[in-house]
Amino acid sequence: MNSIIDAGSRVVVQGITGNEGRFHAQSMLRYGTNVVAGVTPGKGGQEVEGVPVYGTVPQAVAERGANTSIIFVPARFAPDAVHEALDAGIKTVVIITEMVPQKDSIEFIAKAERTGAVIVGPNCPGVINPVDRVKVGIMPGHIFQAGNVAIASRSGTLTYEIAWHITSSGLGQSICVGIGGDAIVWLDFVKLLEMFRNDAETKGVVLIGEVGGKAEEMAAQYIADTRYPKPVVAYIAGRAAPPEKRMGHAGAIVMGNVGTARSKVDAYLAAGVPVAERPSEISQLLKDRLPVRA
Amino acid sequence: MKLFEYEAKEILGRYGLGIPAGRVTMDPAEAETIAAGFGGPVVIKAQVQVSGRGKAGGIVFADSPQAAGDAAAKLVGSRIKDIPVEIVLIEEKLDLVDQLYASVTVDRQERKFVVLLSTSGGVDIEEVASATPDKILRHWVEPTTGFDVAAARNMVKEFGLSEGDTEGFAKVAATLYTVAMDFDAELVELNPLAKTSTGAFVAADARIIIDENAIFRHPEFEQRDMVRTEDTPREAVARRQGLAYVELDGNIGIVGNGAGLVMATMDLVNLYGGRAANFLDIGGGAKVDVIKNGLLLVMSKPEVKGVLVNILGGITRCDIVADGIIQGLEASWEKKPVAVRMMGTNEEEGARLLSEAGIGVYPDMETATEQLLKISGEVKS
Repeated sequence: MNSIIDAGSRVVVQGITGNEGRFHAQSMLRYGTNVVAGVTPGKGGQEVEGVPVYGTVPQAVAERGANTSIIFVPARFAPDAVHEALDAGIKTVVIITEMVPQKDSIEFIAKAERTGAVIVGPNCPGVINPVDRVKVGIMPGHIFQAGNVAIASRSGTLTYEIAWHITSSGLGQSICVGIGGDAIVWLDFVKLLEMFRNDAETKGVVLIGEVGGKAEEMAAQYIADTRYPKPVVAYIAGRAAPPEKRMGHAGAIVMGNVGTARSKVDAYLAAGVPVAERPSEISQLLKDRLPVRA
Repeated sequence: MKLFEYEAKEILGRYGLGIPAGRVTMDPAEAETIAAGFGGPVVIKAQVQVSGRGKAGGIVFADSPQAAGDAAAKLVGSRIKDIPVEIVLIEEKLDLVDQLYASVTVDRQERKFVVLLSTSGGVDIEEVASATPDKILRHWVEPTTGFDVAAARNMVKEFGLSEGDTEGFAKVAATLYTVAMDFDAELVELNPLAKTSTGAFVAADARIIIDENAIFRHPEFEQRDMVRTEDTPREAVARRQGLAYVELDGNIGIVGNGAGLVMATMDLVNLYGGRAANFLDIGGGAKVDVIKNGLLLVMSKPEVKGVLVNILGGITRCDIVADGIIQGLEASWEKKPVAVRMMGTNEEEGARLLSEAGIGVYPDMETATEQLLKISGEVKS
């Protein structure tokens, strides 16, 4: 499976000895994730939830074969943690931390592009793969079930809302990726659409967007240009958002004429992507378009 | 965080960039004295962080100290595009022969800083981009390489200016990049960048926006970060309490957890015929006080007729949210109707607490919205 996380993911939790790191390490383990190590500088030798803690990422890679990292380190230390993971050869870095300065994100994203690593986030709920039962994130696992719908979202709780509707309707998810609420994120809708295109498990795609930036317009362009072979449905949050005001997420801000909900909805409709007016409509839009299930 | 023009110019001046002689005041009488000190024509500029300030009457030229004082008296205490004017900047009028444009900003799509230069300044750069794209140059900066004077010179050469102007413009561009890096700016912009009759490049106007997530590296702005002229009084209260609150012009209060979910809730209220009064995201894992204070803040807007609370509990516990709502309503003077949608961690306990307190609790956001609009008298059923 051509997935960001799968059964082969060996996860190191950076910041595992903090409250959040500890809580979510336990939750990921319970879901079935292969959490092989934790890292907290200066706290090597401990155990958290039975997971060995190391002082550095290279140790976690050398001793435990970690290939995926999830970061719970506070914003001012998170960039160093990302650089350490990339330098240690980690190929997928999921950054949960919010309020990372843009300049720092730009720098570690440039490094990830040189090393060929995947960066998810910052300021994201992470990734869940219900097919392989792997969660590298903070989402409640029980609202997801294995299925054929791939979800990509700029939001956290709104993703859970829509995933829950999809699950309740009898459909399930092949993967769900929270790309993050920041203005600067590496993994975006276009990159994910490319991955979902070749993923055998994925039969349909949900893009959950919001005001700010051009991620949805770029996705619409990509879908139209490539005659995207799988059905895509969308939701846009923030139709009521006023201009020049940051709506919670650092990236959710309309600047001048750029980033309005109207522009995004129009771009999707022009590309043949239906846009739900309410989160609960997504599952019906999917059912109308997915191939009939066996 | 948007800096005032005078603050931006003070920073740029420290980096050796040409800035007009100027002083700020809040006192029109002092404006007259300042203008007299310059001994020539001046410009009086309202210090408001809003685009289109000039067209809205926020920039006034004056030929005499008295005219400067009069202009300042008119501006101070007025509103430009609904933003109150508290401070005016009085500057010597520039003897300019040309207006250019220079900025360094963050390109979200390319995930890089981009240097934007144009020989056509003093107008909306977006308009220049669509009308005369050949007058704009863009350079995306590789973070490892940076952007120095040599790189800037290479870029400016494309304009085919004189050697002196190429050098002058390049120095300005390189300086803007240095300032952007040193101050964690998401925007440093000179529009216009003036060329004066002596051939000097001078920042006629300047904007700097600092990345709010990087304020911890710039303690000098920590206090400054709490004061925003563009905030409404309730937004200012929210900022001090650390709440993500944005005021809208409707009358249905909104409280929720997660920015996307809160926006979706606003949109649903509007779709169902109501008008959302605000955006309020209590964030993840909110404690009782955050919910209580948030609810009180939302209800304190006089126009608000009812409040819709939408919680999807993961790390946020529904019982704690219920407790916060009940405490908020107890502490409130006016009993505005509240409808709650909650789902997730400890939802049964949360629903029980709310029901016992006589507060409507619903399992989905559509029903909660419909009920709230009904009981607050906004939509007849």
